Amino acid sequence: MKHHDLPIEVHDLTVSYQKKPVLYGVDLEIEEGSFVGILGPNGAGKSTLIKTIMNIIKPNGGYVKIFGDSPKTGIKRIGYIPQKESVDWDFPVTVFDVVLMGRYGYHGWLSRIGKEDRNKASECLEQVNMLAYADRPIGNLSGGQQQRVFLARALAQESAVYLMDEPFAGVDAVTEKTIISILQEMKKAGKTLMVVHHDLASAKEYFDQLLLLNMRKVAYGSVSEVYTHELLQKTYGGKLAVLSEMATEVAKNADT
Amino acid sequence: MKNWVIVFGGLLISSSFLEAKQIGAAEDLNWLTQAERFIEMKDPSIRKVALGALLMGLSCGLIGSYVVTRRLSLFGDTLSHAVLPGIAVGFIWAGEKDNFSLLIGAGIAGFAGVCCLSLLKKFTRIHEDSSLGIVLSAFYALGICLLTRIQKVGYTDQSGLDSFMFGQVSALSSNDINGLFITLLMISLFIVFNFRQLLVTGFDPQFSKSIGIPNDFLQFVLWMLIAFCVISSLQLVGVILVSAMLVIPAATASLLARRMKTYLVLSSLLGAGAGISGTFFSFLGKSLPAGPLIVLVSALLFLFILFLRPEKGILFCWLNTRSERSRIIVENTLKAAFQILEQKGFEENEITSLEIMKKRGLSRPEVEKEIQNLTTAGLATKNISPIDQVSLPSQTVMTLTPKGWEYACRMVRNHRLWELYLTNEAEYEPDHVHEDAEKIEHVLGEKTVRQIERLLQNPKTDPHGKLIPSITDIHQGNLPGAS
Repeated sequence: MKHHDLPIEVHDLTVSYQKKPVLYGVDLEIEEGSFVGILGPNGAGKSTLIKTIMNIIKPNGGYVKIFGDSPKTGIKRIGYIPQKESVDWDFPVTVFDVVLMGRYGYHGWLSRIGKEDRNKASECLEQVNMLAYADRPIGNLSGGQQQRVFLARALAQESAVYLMDEPFAGVDAVTEKTIISILQEMKKAGKTLMVVHHDLASAKEYFDQLLLLNMRKVAYGSVSEVYTHELLQKTYGGKLAVLSEMATEVAKNADT
Repeated sequence: MKNWVIVFGGLLISSSFLEAKQIGAAEDLNWLTQAERFIEMKDPSIRKVALGALLMGLSCGLIGSYVVTRRLSLFGDTLSHAVLPGIAVGFIWAGEKDNFSLLIGAGIAGFAGVCCLSLLKKFTRIHEDSSLGIVLSAFYALGICLLTRIQKVGYTDQSGLDSFMFGQVSALSSNDINGLFITLLMISLFIVFNFRQLLVTGFDPQFSKSIGIPNDFLQFVLWMLIAFCVISSLQLVGVILVSAMLVIPAATASLLARRMKTYLVLSSLLGAGAGISGTFFSFLGKSLPAGPLIVLVSALLFLFILFLRPEKGILFCWLNTRSERSRIIVENTLKAAFQILEQKGFEENEITSLEIMKKRGLSRPEVEKEIQNLTTAGLATKNISPIDQVSLPSQTVMTLTPKGWEYACRMVRNHRLWELYLTNEAEYEPDHVHEDAEKIEHVLGEKTVRQIERLLQNPKTDPHGKLIPSITDIHQGNLPGAS
């Protein structure tokens, strides 16, 4: 009997980009409170998986359920930090304005942002050590600082689930330490976290569970179960290239 | 040759002034009375025009803020050009210049333009700026063809059409004023009730989708409001330049505002100001079209703020650079003075201009100027030495004041400390360090100097074996040459 309130449930998910499959038949059940690192080579579909869950990309087959709901409504319960923000850095907003946006989901169309929301936003800025920058225009920050502001915004959302796409890419060492310690606090608070990660070595230290992805789900489980030479070789070894080619052929033929 | 051009040009300009003066003498009085009439606002037609300009300026400023921050400027331009065929068709339909049918025509054409854009976006891979270019040019060309046809056929009132091209203040009707008022109302209400949503969709569309905000719907309403603003402003500013009013006031606001609320306020004030000033000048000039004048005023305001805004304004940057340059020159002279005295073993106090010329590789007048600068700044005193037997020309002789001496020591310290730092810590070769130090010495702050001193453990000599004066030594007068 499947639980209907799993934070994230993915069933037989197939996603293609211009007839070429990027994800092929992926099944996933993420329990509440998991702290999952997603690993795989470039082009393995890691970002695609996250974006499909967030309803940014539509799957060709299979489905995604968020707490039992379809993605359209379910994504409101997820705090999402994408990889390259589709952000306009010249926009006239300050750091505080951006973090406050995390509270917008708690208000209906006409309801006003209150003191509570502002306090929460300040709290979250403090947590990422960016409170001193609250009045700075968002464009005036370094890459690591910007990443921390977006983390603060996600914290302000107070979601139950968080999806992050390579939050450590291109950030300085201090920011990396800050982010990982916040993630650990979040995990202690019972949040469910899924993080696309690029570095094998640190993945072993940071996460509780690992999802090895290379177009297909190669393995999912605790770090000790999954972080083995055999499985890593399978993920990164390039032997799944044949699968990719065959699947492309199938997709082409399906049209003729 | 250059001089002749200047003289000739000057003559031309002054002669035209003279001529204008002649005509102007009688008209001067006229201008003043016209200006008075405008400011007093007693004339109902003047009141109507001023009101129209105010409303238009506010609307364009407000909606323009969203046009500029969302990079829709080209879209606004396309929309304003796309309405031209609609105006022509409306004219043909009504048989005369009936404002209402012209505006309906404009509305339909604008809508058709937006539809074409959406179709191009949906079904082709043409980039947005190219699609805009296609629609803008095609519709505009169609409009010109229709208008020329109308002129050839010879409808009676077609001169009124020109007023749509460039705007004509005198043709402003109360219908137009109503239209402007309704537009401003709609825009204001939309912004007030959707401020948050507009903020987040403009800044981070992906995030806003993830929290359930209907991006596409808001975008559509924004486009419609831009269209209404363009159409209602046509009579005042004209088709050709109305898009400028969507862009220039907002772009000017972007130079000053850091947050969206300030942006909106500034942009609408600038728009309103340009609107009223432009119509004022067009009123003074009697038959001058309002549109170009309004846009000119906006552009001048933009330039004004670009030059004068605090911190980043061009004027401030220029002044800063100049003062930086002169500071660097002073510091280099002081350093040279120190080195000259050092070479003489600190036994003398006086430095001749010849010595500075040799040390710095400068000409006599340049050195004299530098000595004067130091003297004015209280860093040195100067004397003229008597002509001596070795038949050297009389020299200016400079002595550093205590303040100047301390400053000189600091500069030398910066230079030599930096050289040592580069040699020891950054593994530079001793013969490479000098050029780097020449640049860095002027910008080393006290805090950094302390850091370096600690790092290198309070060194006494630089890589070339020369003395590094430390600040404590200077203060305590431990250095030779300190007076």
